[in-house]
Amino acid sequence: MRLFERVGAAILRTCEEIGQFFLLLGRTASWAVRPPYDGGELVRQMVRVGVDSIPVVFLTGLFTGMVISLQTYTGFARFHAESFVGSVVALSVTRELAPVLASLMVTGRVGSSMAAELGSMRVTEQIDALVAFATEPVQYLIVPRVVAAIIMMPLLVLMADAVGIGGGYLVAVNLLGANPVTYVHNSFQFLELNDLVSGVIKASVFGLLLALIGCQKGYFTVGGAEGVGISTTKAVVAGSLAILLADFFLTKVLF
Amino acid sequence: MEALQPKIALEGVRKVLGGRAVLDGLDLAVAPGESVVLLGVSGTGKSVLLKHIIGLMRPDEGTVSIDGVDLWSVSDRQRNDLRAKFGMSFQEGALFDSMTVYDNIAFPLRRRTKKTAQEVRARVEECLDIVHLSGVEGKKPAELSGGMRRRVGFARAIALEPEILLFDEPSTGLDPVMSGVIDSTILEMRRRLQPTAVTITHDMQSAAKIGDRLAMLHQGRIVESASPEEFLRSNNPIVRQFVEGRPEGPLTEEAEPRAAQE
Repeated sequence: MRLFERVGAAILRTCEEIGQFFLLLGRTASWAVRPPYDGGELVRQMVRVGVDSIPVVFLTGLFTGMVISLQTYTGFARFHAESFVGSVVALSVTRELAPVLASLMVTGRVGSSMAAELGSMRVTEQIDALVAFATEPVQYLIVPRVVAAIIMMPLLVLMADAVGIGGGYLVAVNLLGANPVTYVHNSFQFLELNDLVSGVIKASVFGLLLALIGCQKGYFTVGGAEGVGISTTKAVVAGSLAILLADFFLTKVLF
Repeated sequence: MEALQPKIALEGVRKVLGGRAVLDGLDLAVAPGESVVLLGVSGTGKSVLLKHIIGLMRPDEGTVSIDGVDLWSVSDRQRNDLRAKFGMSFQEGALFDSMTVYDNIAFPLRRRTKKTAQEVRARVEECLDIVHLSGVEGKKPAELSGGMRRRVGFARAIALEPEILLFDEPSTGLDPVMSGVIDSTILEMRRRLQPTAVTITHDMQSAAKIGDRLAMLHQGRIVESASPEEFLRSNNPIVRQFVEGRPEGPLTEEAEPRAAQE
């Protein structure tokens, strides 16, 4: 009986949090279109989400491209298809790896910090103070963060695409001795605009997910410093899971 | 006074938090320009009551009206506009810690008025002057002492010169001189602008100074509400114990059988 109760409670809690997510999504959307618009805050958040994430996304893209190149080369060499390594790297990086891995990294970096920041504001009554000064916290805090992530994630992913393909080239040509001309030719021969576009669309959706979940966990924090810690963890776990789930369904829909 | 519509009216407000009815059918009406001081032992829900007045908490039962408008029967937007009539200082300051002291005090001015940058600057400096803090404009709240943060919170609350002021223990933890400054600031503002004010304090002396009416909160209701003179003379045993600060009496007794039941 105990076991059933626990499982049931966990399921209920999860349903509640999913419902809370969609309600907050609705509120965020409706406050996003209402004036006043705070451009300065949006730019600040774009810098935090986007510009400050460049190093980590750059390295993620670079090493992902490099390792895919290395792995594929080893495998493809077994049936003498080394010349297609470039195509595999380009396709897997743009369609799948850059958007997903970059978003997961940004979730760890930005989603968690949003949860911690909003969580501390909640437990120190700063969010109450916003309300008391007739400022809607959803509009003031959540809208700029979510919009910034929706705008900046695609740009980060495009950079990761380029760096990943470049990393693959470096490994294949300089380390494994592939022919540079064939490699480049094959990289782009099978790459379609749709591959890039779908990666970018994914990135926007992932940006929305990681920022809104980070904000949600922070905004609804209860229970002091401990609560802030729990919210931060939840933001990363739930954000990452949401990205992986959404990735599957988006891939199914977009192709 | 009776004929006037109350500025703040709470009717039958009930709020259950953590399984306990913190407010239990509470009624309170505050006339325009009146200053009410809320008294009560710690944990009786004075802060909760203040949060109901400004709509930070929604009552489980009962209504809260500002100028005759029920806070919870209007849209989010209208409720937001009603809140523009308020200035509130929080117990722990609740300063925005990502902003400087200057930006904290300027916040309500920038959000709610069309003042120019110079006008905002003038008003912020004036407010800092009132609480005897100058030269801290550029500091972040984390760099200030607790008492200084409380004073900045007070300055932020009065910056807009709002119609309704809510102070949650504005002078607790301040030295006697600074408490005196806060009291005289409240008095001065009342003389000049006639705002409606609800203040929470534990300090009987300052309560008698700044309040037109003292209200005692006990077990989720207002058990006594009278002018300072009458309040101090009240025969209500709860009030007597509180005023005299005796450890034994109805305030401390009644909590125990309850705890025993659980």
